[in-house]
Amino acid sequence: MVTFILRRVGVMVLTALCLTFIVFFLTNLYPNLEKLAKTQGNFRMTDAEVESYLSRNGYLDPMLSKYGQWMGVWPGWVIEEDSVTRGRCIAPGQPPEEAPRFCGILQGDWGHSTVFRKDVDEIIAEKLALTGWLMLWVMLLMVPSALILGVLAGMREGSRTDRTLSTFAITTTATPEYVSGVLFIAIFASSAVGLQWFKGTATGAMTNPNFENFFLPVLTIALYGMGYIARMTRASMAEVMTAQYIRTARLKGVSFPNIVLKHALRNALIAPFTVIMLQFPWLLNGVVIVETLFNYKGFGWTLVQAASNNDIELLLAVSVVSVVVVLVTQLISDIGYVYLNPRISVT
Amino acid sequence: MDPLSWTEIFLRIAAQLTPVWIALVATFALSVAFRRRLGLYGKLFDSPIGMAGFGLVMFWTYTGIFAGAFDLILTHDVLDQSAAMKNKGPGTPYSQMMGTPDPNAYPYYLLGGDNLGRDVFSRMVVGAWEVIKIAPFASLFAFMVGITLGLPAGYHGGRLDTVLSFLANLILAFPVILLFYLLVTPEIIQTGIPVYMAAVLFVFPIIFLILLWNSRFHTQPAARNLYVGVTLVVGAWLYAGIAWDADPLGLVSFPPNLLVVFVAVVFVNAPTVFRIVRGLTMDIKTRDYVAAAQTRGEGTWYIMLWEILPNVRGPLIVDFCLRIGYTTILLGTLGFFGLGLSPESPDWGSTINEGRKLLSMYLHPALPPAVALLSLVLGLNLLADGLREESLRD
Repeated sequence: MVTFILRRVGVMVLTALCLTFIVFFLTNLYPNLEKLAKTQGNFRMTDAEVESYLSRNGYLDPMLSKYGQWMGVWPGWVIEEDSVTRGRCIAPGQPPEEAPRFCGILQGDWGHSTVFRKDVDEIIAEKLALTGWLMLWVMLLMVPSALILGVLAGMREGSRTDRTLSTFAITTTATPEYVSGVLFIAIFASSAVGLQWFKGTATGAMTNPNFENFFLPVLTIALYGMGYIARMTRASMAEVMTAQYIRTARLKGVSFPNIVLKHALRNALIAPFTVIMLQFPWLLNGVVIVETLFNYKGFGWTLVQAASNNDIELLLAVSVVSVVVVLVTQLISDIGYVYLNPRISVT
Repeated sequence: MDPLSWTEIFLRIAAQLTPVWIALVATFALSVAFRRRLGLYGKLFDSPIGMAGFGLVMFWTYTGIFAGAFDLILTHDVLDQSAAMKNKGPGTPYSQMMGTPDPNAYPYYLLGGDNLGRDVFSRMVVGAWEVIKIAPFASLFAFMVGITLGLPAGYHGGRLDTVLSFLANLILAFPVILLFYLLVTPEIIQTGIPVYMAAVLFVFPIIFLILLWNSRFHTQPAARNLYVGVTLVVGAWLYAGIAWDADPLGLVSFPPNLLVVFVAVVFVNAPTVFRIVRGLTMDIKTRDYVAAAQTRGEGTWYIMLWEILPNVRGPLIVDFCLRIGYTTILLGTLGFFGLGLSPESPDWGSTINEGRKLLSMYLHPALPPAVALLSLVLGLNLLADGLREESLRD
């Protein structure tokens, strides 16, 4: 088990390195740097001005050296200009001698956001807290309702309940967040229909979340993932219900609710567990769409801002966080699967 | 002229869609009549869910083809703006701020006008074409890539499998939207990266077909040379035109911003297909008929492509339907974030994105494309469900 986890962690680190390098490479391509220079300076910069801006800020170093600087395994750039020494690791107003040579994520320095003009770790912490809150409610709404739906549908396969619930589940998986979100806003928040039960934006929910301004975004994300989990639960439940031991229990005269709750449920929930964990990467997509749609300035919204402005260091931090989330959930799902199902061994 | 009532709007839309109804009725009549001779496709008509799904999918397919390729269904040009029609509700009579409108023009905006005064109905109908011309082909390419790499990975295992699986998991660990934001931008198009990616990805269909013919017909050189030759010539011609925009005959070309969308969508889908094919292959390769082929001394590609692949077609066909649906969702996502396609493009994602900005006041610009996308993807999912049920039955 320990070697299994160690190997998985090794692969995880390698994956994260590769991914950040890809992001780094794509954001540091010259046209992207040019865009960055123009948004930082002004849009009418000439090519020569762009070039001098970029070289003054260390953007024109070789790709690997820049990546090493960001990682903190290569000394940060230092440029002397008009007898003022500026450098990646030199804070404004700090004498150059006192500045550290290395400053990258290994030293705990995530860099500086060019869009928000703040330190990246501050932004990420703040935004992750907001999105974490959103995800928590999504999970609380999505997981129990999906499991209930799936168990109810799979308990008597082919019945009318099953047909109805399965059709509902298919419909939710066919509705991407930007469609369901738009439909919900149209029905429940628009003045044109007049129901106006909820608010069409969740900006207020960042400081003061309540049912009125937070329910629609949560529902929108939860609904898309719900159908998938419900279908998995249904399939797994239907399979368990045909097993020999269920028939034995029935023949012994155990009541139907008892069979479902005591005999079937435990075994039927193994498969959905992994599916729920693997939903995280999908939820991340949902979060980006919903936060943009409802103007909730969390992690997904930050991703969009960082990507559309080519804010290199913020975007890298965002991708590190999302990649780690994806990989850690995969690991948990594998380990949890082994624990829940004694028939599977990792070796 | 008075605005139309809702009944009149529905009747007029139904009348406008006449070619689609005719095509649908013809398709269903023919399919139901000959369903016993049509294999899995014919069995689809035994399941109500599958039939409903197929109906929805074919409805949008015909709508897209008639509207996009033949200019049949749409009532106004999709880019025509009329200042007098800005945000006007469904069924408003067509008028222009200045001058008299063309007397031959359709007298109403059936589903109203959007914030630039364009006809919502026509844009929705043409939006189907935007999906129909990308999604199935992108899924097909993703399948070719996934199959060509997944079969050997699952069959041979070992180091090849480790490397390919690592690469697939690497791409899958990317949040899709981040990948889109990195790949589908005008800056990246400038660097030419999409062209190189297209150059790599579009080789796979050619490799796939050549391996397919060669492994089957290598004992009959005449047939083999014919098939491989035709594949090479046609493949190289299309490849030069599509990937490099260098068709010597000047017939095939691909607009660069469409190419980047296409490549991005294939790139996102291929690893999932790879994983599915790999898993299925690992399962099937222990079967007796594979052992029999090995004993006969068949080549590995023959076993993979002519013994294993036909036997995993059921799950693959089902996944193909689901994947077209997922691709449709991805295209919508791209449009929703304003990536890739031109801002005036009538695709559903872009129109939803434009419509949502005024959603608290006007519903009609955003709802039709949203409902259209929902019903197409729902149709594909129902179709996949029906196919799965019918293919499991025997």
